[in-house]
Amino acid sequence: MNNNEMKVEFLSRSVNEGFARAVVSSFVSQLDPTIEELSDIKTAVSEAVTNSIIHAYPNVEGKITVKGRLVENEVELEISDNGVGIENVEKAKEPLFTTKGNLERSGMGFAIMENFMDELNVESILGLGTKITMKKKIKKYAFDNNKFCK
Amino acid sequence: MKISHFIEEKTLLIDITEEIDHHASEKIRRRVDYEIQRFMPKKVVFNFEMVKFMDSAGIGLLIGRYKTAKMYGGQVELVNVSEKIKKIFEMSGILRIMNIIENNNEIFCKKI
Repeated sequence: MNNNEMKVEFLSRSVNEGFARAVVSSFVSQLDPTIEELSDIKTAVSEAVTNSIIHAYPNVEGKITVKGRLVENEVELEISDNGVGIENVEKAKEPLFTTKGNLERSGMGFAIMENFMDELNVESILGLGTKITMKKKIKKYAFDNNKFCK
Repeated sequence: MKISHFIEEKTLLIDITEEIDHHASEKIRRRVDYEIQRFMPKKVVFNFEMVKFMDSAGIGLLIGRYKTAKMYGGQVELVNVSEKIKKIFEMSGILRIMNIIENNNEIFCKKI
């Protein structure tokens, strides 16, 4: 069976954005995704982790947890922090909305997560933190062994 | 990252070699802005040939450099953009203010 689980925890330093992508990418590789599927997942993870680093812990260093689960051919990812929380999740999800324009943030983070994954769920409590859960199905390729036989 | 100056064409060529995320973009931003202010190019060309990964930080980075270049009368062009990066450009609407050029032979030939 393909079912598997993992969990990593790291500090909210920007250098860990690449680390989080590498960990998730390596974990998801067990399902044998296409390069495109893997790239979509890495981009979504990068957006979620960067959000935690920039928004959840603006002036302090905190911890970010990434959990991964493989169930059959589906990837479930949970990125959580204990930061400041999001005041208005619906507003934050609007494309091009950003509270950090001065940092050259594009406001595309949630739009990319929504677009590149099959499911996105955001839970946030002010002062307590934010939890992002995302799911994506990895397509199974049916190999037809008879295709070479006439 | 490698930056080349083409004096006659007043063109800055930026070969990005790193993965473009929030971490890398701050470093790229500082260096490219410094070069734009110093050289005042007519064109700033970003070469994506070596870019294996880009997230939305790339969009912020390019819009920011578009603004700096424009202040000095220049424009931004993108070259060698892979399909996965193009997907993010298209989502963002950034291609309304800068173009993807298929292959800038003129610049790449002179580089040698």
